[in-house]
Amino acid sequence: MVNFGGWDMPVEYPANGGLIAEHKAVRNGVGVFDVSHMGDIRIRSGKTAGGALAAVQHLSMNDAAKLAIGQAHYSAMLYPTGTFVDDVIVHRMGEDDFLLVINAGTREKDISWVRENTRDFDCVVEDLSDAYTQLAIQGPRAVDVLKKLTDANPDAIKNYWFTQGTVCGLANRLIARTGYTGEDGFEVYVPGDVATSEGVWNAVLEAGQQFDILPCGLGARNTLRLEAKMALYGHEVSESINVWEAGLDRYCKMEKRDFIGRAALAKASASGLQRELVGLQMIERGIARDEYKVFDAAGEEVGVVTSGSPSPTLGANIALAYVPPALAGLGTNLFVEVRTQRVKAQVVPTPFYKRIKKSPQQAAVSN
Amino acid sequence: MGYPANYRYTKEHEWVDAKDGMATIGITDYAQSELGDVVFVELPEVGKKLETGKSFGTVESVKAVSEIYAPASGEVLEANPELRNKPETINSDPHGAAWLVKIKLTNPAELNSLMDSTAYEAYIAAKGKEASA
Repeated sequence: MVNFGGWDMPVEYPANGGLIAEHKAVRNGVGVFDVSHMGDIRIRSGKTAGGALAAVQHLSMNDAAKLAIGQAHYSAMLYPTGTFVDDVIVHRMGEDDFLLVINAGTREKDISWVRENTRDFDCVVEDLSDAYTQLAIQGPRAVDVLKKLTDANPDAIKNYWFTQGTVCGLANRLIARTGYTGEDGFEVYVPGDVATSEGVWNAVLEAGQQFDILPCGLGARNTLRLEAKMALYGHEVSESINVWEAGLDRYCKMEKRDFIGRAALAKASASGLQRELVGLQMIERGIARDEYKVFDAAGEEVGVVTSGSPSPTLGANIALAYVPPALAGLGTNLFVEVRTQRVKAQVVPTPFYKRIKKSPQQAAVSN
Repeated sequence: MGYPANYRYTKEHEWVDAKDGMATIGITDYAQSELGDVVFVELPEVGKKLETGKSFGTVESVKAVSEIYAPASGEVLEANPELRNKPETINSDPHGAAWLVKIKLTNPAELNSLMDSTAYEAYIAAKGKEASA
């Protein structure tokens, strides 16, 4: 168990084979993660229709007006500097009802941020973080597992859409086709009390037995999201990194009239990037880890690794790192300082892993 | 997995099998189970002088880097060549095939201060309790 944002969480479940087995289960079959540490903020309109939308538009860099009811997207809340308060998934529950799923480690900060910055809007903000247990069922067989547990039709839920349905006999549960693994999968939200949570967790494992489901910990969650180049708060996105540097341009809608951070981002794009996020693959023997320094061929320190690990899918050692744009070109040789040695690495295309979409329906990805 | 009675053990979870002034060193079953899937091992060159309590190499799993500390001073005679391509042997046979180095001990009496298997088993049992408390 490790402390993660105040939660005791398993890094892996060794009795079932451990991290690599969990990682492969998600890539090839199915795995389930208890991600109840994620926080949930609900924003609803007050007396004025549109109050919630206006508040979300002010807080979040993506364009929530484009969301249909039942649709979700990746976004972020920014400081006026254009750097990250947190990255979030925004769900449009109703015309005047939004649910923001936030990180555990930033929960208190996020809640205060949302409350402070929505004062001028006619909306009601609620912290529902403790109300839900959130389970992520991930992998190509996730849809088959879910079918056994719900009266909803999981096949009909498009990527980054959600529905409400009965899950394990619990009515009106949020079922979203979202995840943090780069694989197809679902996240379900059920009441957070211990008896219900345990019941649903066990029911998922039982329903998944025929597909060799594995319970998965934080370790596999990290290697899976790293292969898919999904950002982790405090690593690829943070209070000191801006949207352009993080390469999250496509989730940032500058054409919106107003959102916190917009002005700074407009200025930053005019002055050009100081650093950008690249994928590295180790050429020589050695594993890059978080915070290891990056050097150029001349021996100058040029950047830092934000996340690094062996990749169970690729069988190679991979990393994400911030380096100056001049060194970000594909094929550029860089060196990662691994303890006393500088180990050769190369800038490679990202994501490191991209799943092959199976049907046109699943391929209908929306941002 | 049992802890061989003829080995000596450190608090940092290395084992030592000493005979005639030579010692074979590895990491314990407890250490490998805490690390998880081992994917990388870095060992010293032959001839390198190890100093008691100082790091002489690393064992890495997917999730973590772990330093290996010398249980005693001595000179490296051999580093296990099999581990470079098969680091996972550390998970399957930590007390046998996955030995890390063989050294010529500078002072064999140093080993007297290490734990025997009974003391080591009591030590990790207490750690387990600590963790679940």
